[in-house]
Amino acid sequence: MKYSLFSLVRNGLSHHEKWPRAWRKVEPKREYDVVIVGGGGHGLATAYYLAKEHGVTNVAVLEKGYLGGGNTGRNTEVVRSNYLWDEAAHLYEFSLKLWQDLSRDLNFNLMYSKRGVLSLGHSLQEMRDIARRVNANRLNGIDSELLTPEQVKELVPILNTSPSARYPILGASLQRRGGTARHDAVAWGFARAADARGVDVIQQCEVTGIRRENGAVVGVDTTKGHVAAKKVGVVTAGSSGVLAEMAGFRLPIESHPLQAWVTEPIKPVLDSVIMSNAVHAYVSQTDRGELLAGAGIDSYLGYGQRGSFSVIEHAVAALIELFPIFSRLRMMRQWGGIVDTCPDACPIIGETPVRGLYFNCGWGTGGYKATPGSGWVFAYTMANERPHELNAPFSLDRFTTGHLIDEHGAAGVAH
Amino acid sequence: MLLIECPWCGPRDESEFAYGGEAHIVRPPDPANVSDEEWADYLFYRKNPLGDHQEQWQHASGCRRWFNAQRDTLTYQIERGYGIGEAAPGGEG
Repeated sequence: MKYSLFSLVRNGLSHHEKWPRAWRKVEPKREYDVVIVGGGGHGLATAYYLAKEHGVTNVAVLEKGYLGGGNTGRNTEVVRSNYLWDEAAHLYEFSLKLWQDLSRDLNFNLMYSKRGVLSLGHSLQEMRDIARRVNANRLNGIDSELLTPEQVKELVPILNTSPSARYPILGASLQRRGGTARHDAVAWGFARAADARGVDVIQQCEVTGIRRENGAVVGVDTTKGHVAAKKVGVVTAGSSGVLAEMAGFRLPIESHPLQAWVTEPIKPVLDSVIMSNAVHAYVSQTDRGELLAGAGIDSYLGYGQRGSFSVIEHAVAALIELFPIFSRLRMMRQWGGIVDTCPDACPIIGETPVRGLYFNCGWGTGGYKATPGSGWVFAYTMANERPHELNAPFSLDRFTTGHLIDEHGAAGVAH
Repeated sequence: MLLIECPWCGPRDESEFAYGGEAHIVRPPDPANVSDEEWADYLFYRKNPLGDHQEQWQHASGCRRWFNAQRDTLTYQIERGYGIGEAAPGGEG
């Protein structure tokens, strides 16, 4: 069924009791051409683009919990592409272009809002880094502007721009096409669109082993039995290391908790996304009125989906210095996701030491914005058995060749 | 907030400590003669286990001394602390 104003009115007349399922509830078949492990945004996008761009429809997406229950549903919804180096800038910009028409493409309202993303500078060195990044963005055809403190104040009047502030604001970068998109809708939209093209989306099916023969993958063991597959794509974010161990190799990845929280809902006060690298905090206001904010990662390795109180205390204290108006707000919910951080803050997308087994991981703190682009290039890589030029620089062997892509600055969150 | 026991100062808040990453990583004794793969393994590849992890901590806002600890990466329970240079529990490392 196509979602439209007409279908909304028609189902409204039957008290919204007759909407069909958004995707089929199916049990796994014994064999697939492609199995995707992980039903988050990236995995579901991969399945969708495999079906749409490459005609590969004998595909299953296996999710151990519920769709989008991992980092897809735990991030702070920020979408932007202002990365420093050419390789990363091209990949994230490709993804940002896909976001433009994604709601129409998926026939699902992703509530993509181009509200602008500001990255604040609090020191002279930070302003030099920001200016360098803005110039690099513009050379790559990515919209990016350098703002003075006065321009920042005009855009965000509630920011404390006093020169005597704890974190004085010396300027900012602004990407106007950046913004937010509703993260649950991204998982649901891709799942529904992939399902419509024949992909089996299977929840509560945990992969417990990766079977190999003669150095090639032949299938996966799951809590719903063995599933044979010619190719397996692993897109499991924080658990990438655990899956790699099942396949008998290690990754240059460490998993850390990253946390976010929302306040009680208030009337609109903030119509852009504000980030600050120096204080490791970022905030936007959701359509429901909650302030949605995030912190840096916990320093230590961890798989518990919660964050350390000292980290949240640090981020909240800094946000209140930046926005004194927030000081009396109460926090409603706080949660953590497990991010898989790479030494260079860039993802690993491509082949592994096991033939037919592909990994898409290492997105660290910033994978959400890349969801459509990541799925697109990963589908290309799996269908053609070679990387697309956009993700070729993000192969696993860059840690051996030394061709790292250092995006710690543009990643925006401490690693 | 973790409660971490410094072997010299006793139990203190997590915010007094700095995390030092995986313990028992040995720098190749002759770096000029290792392959790129071995060097990459030393520099970047980590165990990143779900479960017991041997790691280094420093009591940065206290006595500033380093120690090793074995911690569960899911429950965050620190099972035991032991000195730098001591063998890992269970003979691993």
